Amino acid sequence: MPRGLIHSEKDDVCVATTDVKKGEEVLCAYLENNSKHEIIKTLDDVPLGHKIALRDIRQGEKVLKYGRPIGVATTNISKGQHVHVHNLKSIRWSK
Amino acid sequence: MMTIKGYIRENGAVGVRNHVLVLPLDDLSNSAALGVSKIVNGVVAVPHPYGRLQFGRDLDLLFHILSGTGANPNVAGVIVIGIEDNWANRVADGIAKTGKPVEVFPIEGYGDLKTIERASRKAKEMVQEASEKQRTEVDISSIVMSVKCGESDTTSGLASNPSVGVVVDKMVDLGAVAMFGETSELTGAEDIVADKMANEALREKFLKIYKEYIDVIEREGADLLGSQPTQGNIKGGLSTIEEKALGNIQKLGHRKINCVLDYLDPLVREKQGTLCFVNTSSAAAEAVTLFAAKGSVLHLFTTGQGNIVGHPLIPVIKITGNPKTARTMSEHIDVDVSDLLDLKISLEEAGERVFNYMLKVMNGRLTAAEVLHHEEFSPIKLYISA
Repeated sequence: MPRGLIHSEKDDVCVATTDVKKGEEVLCAYLENNSKHEIIKTLDDVPLGHKIALRDIRQGEKVLKYGRPIGVATTNISKGQHVHVHNLKSIRWSK
Repeated sequence: MMTIKGYIRENGAVGVRNHVLVLPLDDLSNSAALGVSKIVNGVVAVPHPYGRLQFGRDLDLLFHILSGTGANPNVAGVIVIGIEDNWANRVADGIAKTGKPVEVFPIEGYGDLKTIERASRKAKEMVQEASEKQRTEVDISSIVMSVKCGESDTTSGLASNPSVGVVVDKMVDLGAVAMFGETSELTGAEDIVADKMANEALREKFLKIYKEYIDVIEREGADLLGSQPTQGNIKGGLSTIEEKALGNIQKLGHRKINCVLDYLDPLVREKQGTLCFVNTSSAAAEAVTLFAAKGSVLHLFTTGQGNIVGHPLIPVIKITGNPKTARTMSEHIDVDVSDLLDLKISLEEAGERVFNYMLKVMNGRLTAAEVLHHEEFSPIKLYISA
Protein backbone atom coordinates (compact mmCIF):
# COMPACT_ATOMS: atom_id res chain seq x y z
CA MET A 1 0.00 0.00 0.00
CA PRO A 2 1.42 3.42 -0.92
CA ARG A 3 1.90 5.93 1.89
CA GLY A 4 2.12 8.85 -0.50
CA LEU A 5 0.62 9.94 -3.83
CA ILE A 6 2.00 12.01 -6.71
CA HIS A 7 -0.52 13.77 -8.99
CA SER A 8 1.58 14.18 -12.13
CA GLU A 9 4.85 12.80 -13.48
CA LYS A 10 6.19 16.37 -13.64
CA ASP A 11 5.60 16.97 -9.91
CA ASP A 12 8.30 17.92 -7.40
CA VAL A 13 6.31 16.73 -4.38
CA CYS A 14 4.60 13.63 -3.01
CA VAL A 15 1.56 14.01 -0.70
CA ALA A 16 1.79 11.83 2.42
CA THR A 17 -1.43 9.82 2.82
CA THR A 18 -0.49 8.65 6.33
CA ASP A 19 1.52 10.33 9.09
CA VAL A 20 5.18 9.75 8.31
CA LYS A 21 8.09 9.81 10.81
CA LYS A 22 11.51 11.29 10.07
CA GLY A 23 13.81 8.68 8.54
CA GLU A 24 11.04 6.42 7.23
CA GLU A 25 11.11 5.24 3.63
CA VAL A 26 7.84 6.14 1.92
CA LEU A 27 6.46 4.56 -1.23
CA CYS A 28 4.80 7.29 -3.31
CA ALA A 29 2.58 6.05 -6.16
CA TYR A 30 1.80 8.10 -9.27
CA LEU A 31 -1.95 8.77 -9.65
CA GLU A 32 -1.69 8.90 -13.44
CA ASN A 33 0.05 5.52 -13.54
CA ASN A 34 -0.32 3.35 -10.40
CA SER A 35 2.36 0.89 -11.51
CA LYS A 36 5.01 3.61 -11.25
CA HIS A 37 6.30 4.85 -7.91
CA GLU A 38 9.15 6.55 -6.04
CA ILE A 39 10.66 5.55 -2.71
CA ILE A 40 11.68 8.56 -0.62
CA LYS A 41 13.58 8.58 2.67
CA THR A 42 12.01 11.39 4.70
CA LEU A 43 14.20 13.96 6.47
CA ASP A 44 11.36 15.35 8.63
CA ASP A 45 8.16 14.21 10.33
CA VAL A 46 5.45 14.73 7.73
CA PRO A 47 1.77 14.66 8.78
CA LEU A 48 -0.95 13.14 6.63
CA GLY A 49 -1.74 15.48 3.73
CA HIS A 50 1.58 17.32 3.83
CA LYS A 51 4.17 17.30 1.05
CA ILE A 52 7.57 15.62 0.74
CA ALA A 53 10.17 16.91 -1.78
CA LEU A 54 10.88 14.36 -4.52
CA ARG A 55 14.11 16.11 -5.54
CA ASP A 56 16.51 18.79 -4.36
CA ILE A 57 14.88 22.17 -5.02
CA ARG A 58 16.92 25.41 -5.10
CA GLN A 59 15.75 28.64 -3.48
CA GLY A 60 13.74 30.66 -6.05
CA GLU A 61 12.74 27.61 -8.09
CA LYS A 62 9.10 26.96 -8.90
CA VAL A 63 7.60 23.90 -7.23
CA LEU A 64 5.25 21.77 -9.36
CA LYS A 65 2.18 19.80 -8.24
CA TYR A 66 -0.62 18.68 -10.60
CA GLY A 67 2.12 19.41 -13.18
CA ARG A 68 1.68 23.13 -12.43
CA PRO A 69 3.50 25.72 -10.31
CA ILE A 70 1.99 25.95 -6.81
CA GLY A 71 4.59 28.42 -5.55
CA VAL A 72 8.26 29.21 -5.27
CA ALA A 73 10.84 27.78 -2.84
CA THR A 74 11.93 30.37 -0.26
CA THR A 75 14.99 28.31 0.80
CA ASN A 76 16.92 25.39 -0.62
CA ILE A 77 14.87 22.23 -0.06
CA SER A 78 16.48 18.78 0.03
CA LYS A 79 14.91 15.64 -1.37
CA GLY A 80 12.89 14.06 1.48
CA GLN A 81 12.20 17.33 3.32
CA HIS A 82 8.76 18.54 4.37
CA VAL A 83 7.55 21.19 1.87
CA HIS A 84 5.11 23.71 3.32
CA VAL A 85 4.63 27.39 4.24
CA HIS A 86 8.07 27.49 5.92
CA ASN A 87 9.88 26.92 2.61
CA LEU A 88 7.26 27.53 -0.10
CA LYS A 89 5.28 30.67 -0.90
CA SER A 90 2.59 31.66 -3.37
CA ILE A 91 3.65 33.32 -6.61
CA ARG A 92 0.26 35.02 -6.92
CA TRP A 93 -0.58 36.15 -3.40
CA SER A 94 2.35 36.74 -1.11
CA LYS A 95 3.95 39.59 0.72
CA MET B 1 -33.31 8.09 -18.43
CA MET B 2 -33.00 8.07 -14.66
CA THR B 3 -35.67 9.17 -12.23
CA ILE B 4 -35.88 10.41 -8.64
CA LYS B 5 -38.86 11.15 -6.43
CA GLY B 6 -39.23 14.91 -6.09
CA TYR B 7 -41.79 17.64 -5.57
CA ILE B 8 -43.00 19.28 -8.78
CA ARG B 9 -43.79 22.94 -8.12
CA GLU B 10 -46.39 25.19 -9.79
CA ASN B 11 -43.84 26.39 -12.38
CA GLY B 12 -42.58 22.87 -13.16
CA ALA B 13 -39.34 23.21 -11.17
CA VAL B 14 -38.42 20.15 -9.09
CA GLY B 15 -37.52 20.20 -5.40
CA VAL B 16 -36.22 17.45 -3.14
CA ARG B 17 -37.56 18.95 0.08
CA ASN B 18 -40.93 20.45 1.00
CA HIS B 19 -40.37 23.38 3.37
CA VAL B 20 -42.53 26.30 4.38
CA LEU B 21 -40.26 29.32 4.76
CA VAL B 22 -40.52 32.35 7.03
CA LEU B 23 -38.28 34.93 5.40
CA PRO B 24 -37.28 38.08 7.32
CA LEU B 25 -36.65 40.96 4.94
CA ASP B 26 -34.31 42.66 7.40
CA ASP B 27 -32.47 42.19 10.68
CA LEU B 28 -35.29 43.86 12.62
CA SER B 29 -37.73 41.17 11.49
CA ASN B 30 -35.67 38.21 12.72
CA SER B 31 -37.44 38.10 16.10
CA ALA B 32 -40.90 37.88 14.55
CA ALA B 33 -39.75 35.29 12.01
CA LEU B 34 -38.22 33.16 14.76
CA GLY B 35 -41.39 33.68 16.81
CA VAL B 36 -43.49 32.15 14.02
CA SER B 37 -41.10 29.22 13.68
CA LYS B 38 -41.43 28.50 17.42
CA ILE B 39 -45.24 28.49 17.31
CA VAL B 40 -45.88 26.71 14.00
CA ASN B 41 -44.48 23.21 13.56
CA GLY B 42 -42.79 22.61 10.22
CA VAL B 43 -41.72 26.09 9.19
CA VAL B 44 -38.14 27.22 8.67
CA ALA B 45 -37.02 30.75 9.59
CA VAL B 46 -33.82 32.18 8.10
CA PRO B 47 -32.56 35.02 10.28
CA HIS B 48 -29.82 37.22 8.78
CA PRO B 49 -28.16 40.56 9.67
CA TYR B 50 -28.99 42.61 6.54
CA GLY B 51 -31.75 44.49 4.74
CA ARG B 52 -31.52 48.04 6.09
CA LEU B 53 -30.04 51.05 4.23
CA GLN B 54 -28.44 48.92 1.55
CA PHE B 55 -28.35 50.52 -1.89
CA GLY B 56 -27.49 49.99 -5.55
CA ARG B 57 -26.02 46.67 -6.65
CA ASP B 58 -25.68 45.49 -3.05
CA LEU B 59 -29.41 46.00 -2.43
CA ASP B 60 -30.25 44.34 -5.75
CA LEU B 61 -28.14 41.34 -4.68
CA LEU B 62 -29.99 41.11 -1.34
CA PHE B 63 -33.36 41.17 -3.14
CA HIS B 64 -32.03 38.57 -5.61
CA ILE B 65 -30.91 36.28 -2.77
CA LEU B 66 -34.09 36.69 -0.69
CA SER B 67 -36.44 36.26 -3.68
CA GLY B 68 -34.38 33.38 -5.01
CA THR B 69 -34.39 31.64 -1.63
CA GLY B 70 -38.19 31.87 -1.49
CA ALA B 71 -38.46 30.76 -5.12
CA ASN B 72 -36.25 27.69 -4.50
CA PRO B 73 -38.12 24.54 -5.55
CA ASN B 74 -37.51 22.98 -2.12
CA VAL B 75 -39.95 25.58 -0.75
CA ALA B 76 -43.74 25.04 -0.89
CA GLY B 77 -44.85 28.41 0.49
CA VAL B 78 -43.36 31.60 1.93
CA ILE B 79 -44.20 34.12 4.65
CA VAL B 80 -42.21 37.36 4.22
CA ILE B 81 -41.91 39.59 7.30
CA GLY B 82 -40.43 43.09 6.97
CA ILE B 83 -40.31 46.11 9.23
CA GLU B 84 -42.27 47.89 6.43
CA ASP B 85 -44.00 46.34 3.45
CA ASN B 86 -42.52 48.15 0.44
CA TRP B 87 -39.27 46.21 0.17
CA ALA B 88 -40.97 43.08 1.56
CA ASN B 89 -43.46 43.27 -1.32
CA ARG B 90 -40.62 43.53 -3.86
CA VAL B 91 -39.16 40.29 -2.55
CA ALA B 92 -42.59 38.64 -2.38
CA ASP B 93 -43.38 39.66 -5.98
CA GLY B 94 -40.19 37.90 -7.11
CA ILE B 95 -41.26 34.74 -5.29
CA ALA B 96 -44.87 34.95 -6.54
CA LYS B 97 -43.66 34.58 -10.15
CA THR B 98 -43.14 30.88 -9.42
CA GLY B 99 -46.87 30.52 -8.66
CA LYS B 100 -46.31 29.33 -5.09
CA PRO B 101 -48.23 30.90 -2.19
CA VAL B 102 -46.48 33.91 -0.62
CA GLU B 103 -47.80 36.42 1.90
CA VAL B 104 -46.25 39.61 3.36
CA PHE B 105 -46.60 40.78 6.96
CA PRO B 106 -45.23 44.23 7.90
CA ILE B 107 -44.35 44.95 11.53
CA GLU B 108 -44.88 48.74 11.53
CA GLY B 109 -48.42 49.52 12.68
CA TYR B 110 -48.80 46.11 14.35
CA GLY B 111 -45.78 45.38 16.54
CA ASP B 112 -44.04 42.00 16.87
CA LEU B 113 -46.76 40.17 18.80
CA LYS B 114 -49.65 40.92 16.44
CA THR B 115 -47.38 40.25 13.47
CA ILE B 116 -46.35 36.89 14.90
CA GLU B 117 -50.01 35.99 15.42
CA ARG B 118 -51.11 37.07 11.92
CA ALA B 119 -48.14 35.40 10.24
CA SER B 120 -48.53 32.23 12.32
CA ARG B 121 -52.16 31.82 11.25
CA LYS B 122 -51.08 31.99 7.60
CA ALA B 123 -48.03 29.78 8.18
CA LYS B 124 -50.24 27.12 9.80
CA GLU B 125 -52.40 27.04 6.66
CA MET B 126 -49.34 26.81 4.40
CA VAL B 127 -47.85 23.93 6.41
CA GLN B 128 -51.11 21.99 6.21
CA GLU B 129 -51.34 22.63 2.45
CA ALA B 130 -47.71 21.63 1.96
CA SER B 131 -48.17 18.44 3.95
CA GLU B 132 -50.50 17.17 1.23
CA LYS B 133 -47.84 17.46 -1.50
CA GLN B 134 -46.54 14.07 -2.58
CA ARG B 135 -43.21 13.04 -4.05
CA THR B 136 -43.58 12.03 -7.70
CA GLU B 137 -41.33 10.16 -10.10
CA VAL B 138 -39.49 12.75 -12.17
CA ASP B 139 -36.54 12.74 -14.57
CA ILE B 140 -33.24 13.52 -12.86
CA SER B 141 -32.52 16.09 -15.59
CA SER B 142 -34.90 18.46 -13.71
CA ILE B 143 -32.41 18.72 -10.85
CA VAL B 144 -30.29 21.81 -10.24
CA MET B 145 -27.38 21.05 -7.93
CA SER B 146 -24.22 22.78 -6.77
CA VAL B 147 -20.73 21.90 -5.55
CA LYS B 148 -18.23 23.60 -3.26
CA CYS B 149 -15.38 22.57 -0.98
CA GLY B 150 -14.46 23.94 2.44
CA GLU B 151 -11.68 23.56 5.00
CA SER B 152 -9.95 21.76 2.16
CA ASP B 153 -6.68 19.96 2.50
CA THR B 154 -4.58 18.00 0.07
CA THR B 155 -6.91 15.00 0.37
CA SER B 156 -9.59 17.19 -1.25
CA GLY B 157 -7.59 17.39 -4.48
CA LEU B 158 -6.60 13.72 -4.26
CA ALA B 159 -9.93 12.10 -3.38
CA SER B 160 -13.13 13.98 -2.49
CA ASN B 161 -13.01 16.65 -5.22
CA PRO B 162 -12.27 14.30 -8.15
CA SER B 163 -15.02 11.97 -6.84
CA VAL B 164 -17.47 14.87 -7.02
CA GLY B 165 -16.07 15.64 -10.51
CA VAL B 166 -17.24 12.17 -11.58
CA VAL B 167 -20.74 12.99 -10.27
CA VAL B 168 -20.76 16.40 -12.00
CA ASP B 169 -19.87 14.74 -15.34
CA LYS B 170 -22.65 12.21 -14.85
CA MET B 171 -25.29 14.80 -13.89
CA VAL B 172 -24.41 17.05 -16.84
CA ASP B 173 -24.58 14.02 -19.18
CA LEU B 174 -28.01 13.20 -17.74
CA GLY B 175 -29.18 16.72 -18.62
CA ALA B 176 -29.16 18.24 -15.13
CA VAL B 177 -27.61 21.54 -14.00
CA ALA B 178 -24.45 21.63 -11.87
CA MET B 179 -23.19 24.93 -10.48
CA PHE B 180 -19.78 25.79 -9.05
CA GLY B 181 -18.24 29.08 -7.92
CA GLU B 182 -15.59 30.18 -5.38
CA THR B 183 -14.21 32.91 -7.64
CA SER B 184 -11.17 33.78 -5.52
CA GLU B 185 -10.25 30.12 -5.01
CA LEU B 186 -9.67 29.63 -8.73
CA THR B 187 -6.49 31.74 -8.45
CA GLY B 188 -3.64 29.77 -10.00
CA ALA B 189 -6.07 27.65 -12.04
CA GLU B 190 -8.26 30.36 -13.59
CA ASP B 191 -6.68 29.74 -17.00
CA ILE B 192 -7.74 26.07 -16.82
CA VAL B 193 -11.30 27.14 -15.99
CA ALA B 194 -11.24 29.71 -18.81
CA ASP B 195 -10.10 27.00 -21.24
CA LYS B 196 -13.14 24.88 -20.28
CA MET B 197 -15.57 27.59 -21.43
CA ALA B 198 -17.84 26.49 -24.27
CA ASN B 199 -17.33 29.69 -26.26
CA GLU B 200 -15.36 32.93 -26.40
CA ALA B 201 -18.17 35.11 -25.01
CA LEU B 202 -18.42 32.95 -21.88
CA ARG B 203 -14.64 32.93 -21.54
CA GLU B 204 -14.49 36.72 -21.65
CA LYS B 205 -17.38 37.07 -19.21
CA PHE B 206 -15.73 34.65 -16.77
CA LEU B 207 -12.33 36.37 -16.94
CA LYS B 208 -13.94 39.79 -16.43
CA ILE B 209 -15.81 38.57 -13.32
CA TYR B 210 -12.66 36.87 -12.02
CA LYS B 211 -10.51 39.99 -12.53
CA GLU B 212 -13.04 42.28 -10.83
CA TYR B 213 -13.15 39.97 -7.81
CA ILE B 214 -9.39 39.62 -7.51
CA ASP B 215 -8.86 43.38 -7.96
CA VAL B 216 -10.87 43.96 -4.77
CA ILE B 217 -8.80 41.43 -2.84
CA GLU B 218 -5.47 42.73 -4.13
CA ARG B 219 -6.47 46.36 -3.56
CA GLU B 220 -6.53 45.70 0.18
CA GLY B 221 -2.87 44.75 -0.10
CA ALA B 222 -3.15 42.41 2.88
CA ASP B 223 -1.14 39.29 3.60
CA LEU B 224 -3.62 36.59 2.68
CA LEU B 225 -1.78 33.67 4.30
CA GLY B 226 -4.20 32.42 6.95
CA SER B 227 -7.20 33.73 4.98
CA GLN B 228 -6.38 32.11 1.64
CA PRO B 229 -5.28 29.44 2.25
CA THR B 230 -7.14 29.33 5.60
CA GLN B 231 -5.52 28.22 8.86
CA GLY B 232 -7.38 24.93 8.44
CA ASN B 233 -6.08 24.53 4.89
CA ILE B 234 -2.52 25.10 6.12
CA LYS B 235 -2.93 22.60 8.95
CA GLY B 236 -4.10 20.11 6.31
CA GLY B 237 -0.99 20.63 4.19
CA LEU B 238 -2.10 23.21 1.61
CA SER B 239 0.66 25.81 1.29
CA THR B 240 -0.56 28.32 -1.32
CA ILE B 241 -3.68 29.59 -3.09
CA GLU B 242 -2.41 28.00 -6.33
CA GLU B 243 -2.22 24.56 -4.72
CA LYS B 244 -5.68 25.01 -3.23
CA ALA B 245 -7.15 26.14 -6.56
CA LEU B 246 -5.67 23.20 -8.48
CA GLY B 247 -7.31 20.85 -5.96
CA ASN B 248 -10.55 22.85 -6.02
CA ILE B 249 -11.08 22.52 -9.78
CA GLN B 250 -10.96 18.71 -9.60
CA LYS B 251 -14.67 19.05 -8.67
CA LEU B 252 -15.57 20.47 -12.07
CA GLY B 253 -15.20 17.22 -13.95
CA HIS B 254 -14.46 17.19 -17.66
CA ARG B 255 -17.43 18.81 -19.41
CA LYS B 256 -17.47 22.21 -21.08
CA ILE B 257 -18.75 25.12 -18.98
CA ASN B 258 -21.75 26.44 -20.92
CA CYS B 259 -23.08 28.99 -18.45
CA VAL B 260 -21.50 31.89 -16.52
CA LEU B 261 -23.61 33.77 -13.98
CA ASP B 262 -22.62 37.01 -12.30
CA TYR B 263 -24.24 37.89 -8.95
CA LEU B 264 -27.55 39.13 -10.38
CA ASP B 265 -27.88 36.81 -13.38
CA PRO B 266 -30.73 34.28 -13.19
CA LEU B 267 -30.03 30.67 -14.11
CA VAL B 268 -31.03 29.87 -17.71
CA ARG B 269 -31.20 26.15 -18.38
CA GLU B 270 -29.69 24.72 -21.53
CA LYS B 271 -31.63 21.95 -23.32
CA GLN B 272 -28.71 19.61 -22.79
CA GLY B 273 -26.87 19.44 -19.48
CA THR B 274 -25.56 22.64 -17.94
CA LEU B 275 -22.28 23.25 -16.13
CA CYS B 276 -22.43 26.70 -14.66
CA PHE B 277 -19.86 29.03 -13.10
CA VAL B 278 -21.49 31.32 -10.52
CA ASN B 279 -19.61 34.33 -9.16
CA THR B 280 -19.54 33.59 -5.43
CA SER B 281 -17.59 34.24 -2.32
CA SER B 282 -15.44 31.28 -1.26
CA ALA B 283 -16.87 31.34 2.27
CA ALA B 284 -18.95 28.18 2.64
CA ALA B 285 -22.27 29.54 3.91
CA GLU B 286 -22.23 32.57 1.58
CA ALA B 287 -21.61 30.39 -1.46
CA VAL B 288 -24.22 27.73 -0.58
CA THR B 289 -26.75 30.51 0.20
CA LEU B 290 -26.18 32.05 -3.24
CA PHE B 291 -26.33 28.67 -5.06
CA ALA B 292 -29.67 27.92 -3.35
CA ALA B 293 -30.95 31.38 -4.32
CA LYS B 294 -30.03 30.59 -7.96
CA GLY B 295 -32.13 27.40 -7.74
CA SER B 296 -29.84 24.66 -6.45
CA VAL B 297 -31.91 22.06 -4.56
CA LEU B 298 -28.99 19.94 -3.37
CA HIS B 299 -25.35 20.63 -2.62
CA LEU B 300 -22.27 18.39 -2.65
CA PHE B 301 -19.75 19.76 -0.16
CA THR B 302 -16.29 18.27 0.06
CA THR B 303 -14.12 18.84 3.08
CA GLY B 304 -10.65 17.86 4.19
CA GLN B 305 -10.26 19.20 7.74
CA GLY B 306 -13.99 19.19 8.49
CA ASN B 307 -16.19 22.12 7.46
CA ILE B 308 -19.64 21.48 8.94
CA VAL B 309 -21.81 23.90 6.91
CA GLY B 310 -25.46 23.27 6.04
CA HIS B 311 -28.37 25.29 4.64
CA PRO B 312 -31.88 25.80 6.00
CA LEU B 313 -33.61 24.61 2.82
CA ILE B 314 -31.30 22.46 0.71
CA PRO B 315 -29.57 19.24 1.78
CA VAL B 316 -25.78 19.64 1.95
CA ILE B 317 -23.98 16.31 1.53
CA LYS B 318 -20.59 16.25 3.22
CA ILE B 319 -17.86 14.20 1.53
CA THR B 320 -14.33 13.70 2.82
CA GLY B 321 -11.20 12.00 1.57
CA ASN B 322 -9.38 12.50 4.87
CA PRO B 323 -9.49 9.32 7.01
CA LYS B 324 -8.80 11.28 10.23
CA THR B 325 -11.70 13.64 9.61
CA ALA B 326 -13.96 10.73 8.69
CA ARG B 327 -13.10 9.22 12.07
CA THR B 328 -12.97 12.27 14.37
CA MET B 329 -15.95 14.15 12.84
CA SER B 330 -18.02 11.18 11.72
CA GLU B 331 -21.34 12.77 12.72
CA HIS B 332 -20.84 15.44 10.03
CA ILE B 333 -19.63 13.20 7.21
CA ASP B 334 -22.14 11.63 4.83
CA VAL B 335 -19.73 9.97 2.41
CA ASP B 336 -16.19 8.79 3.16
CA VAL B 337 -13.98 8.25 0.11
CA SER B 338 -10.69 8.08 2.04
CA ASP B 339 -10.03 4.53 0.81
CA LEU B 340 -9.21 6.20 -2.50
CA LEU B 341 -5.96 7.41 -0.86
CA ASP B 342 -4.87 3.78 -0.39
CA LEU B 343 -5.81 3.06 -4.02
CA LYS B 344 -8.18 0.37 -2.70
CA ILE B 345 -10.96 1.65 -4.96
CA SER B 346 -10.95 3.43 -8.31
CA LEU B 347 -12.00 7.06 -8.80
CA GLU B 348 -15.05 5.80 -10.72
CA GLU B 349 -16.06 3.64 -7.76
CA ALA B 350 -15.67 6.60 -5.39
CA GLY B 351 -17.79 8.76 -7.73
CA GLU B 352 -20.43 6.04 -7.86
CA ARG B 353 -20.50 5.96 -4.04
CA VAL B 354 -21.16 9.72 -3.90
CA PHE B 355 -23.73 9.53 -6.71
CA ASN B 356 -25.69 6.71 -5.06
CA TYR B 357 -25.75 8.55 -1.75
CA MET B 358 -26.94 11.69 -3.55
CA LEU B 359 -29.83 9.71 -5.08
CA LYS B 360 -30.91 8.59 -1.61
CA VAL B 361 -30.83 12.19 -0.37
CA MET B 362 -32.81 13.40 -3.39
CA ASN B 363 -35.42 10.77 -2.56
CA GLY B 364 -35.71 11.99 1.02
CA ARG B 365 -32.86 10.68 3.17
CA LEU B 366 -31.75 13.45 5.55
CA THR B 367 -28.11 14.57 5.50
CA ALA B 368 -25.93 14.91 8.60
CA ALA B 369 -26.18 18.72 8.32
CA GLU B 370 -29.99 18.59 8.18
CA VAL B 371 -30.23 16.34 11.23
CA LEU B 372 -27.68 18.40 13.21
CA HIS B 373 -29.51 21.73 12.56
CA HIS B 374 -26.83 23.22 10.32
CA GLU B 375 -29.03 25.92 8.84
CA GLU B 376 -26.53 28.63 7.88
CA PHE B 377 -28.10 31.40 5.82
CA SER B 378 -25.56 34.06 4.82
CA PRO B 379 -26.44 36.55 2.10
CA ILE B 380 -23.36 38.12 0.49
CA LYS B 381 -22.94 41.83 1.22
CA LEU B 382 -20.93 43.72 -1.38
CA TYR B 383 -20.14 46.98 0.40
CA ILE B 384 -21.08 49.43 3.18
CA SER B 385 -24.64 50.56 3.79
CA ALA B 386 -25.77 54.15 3.23
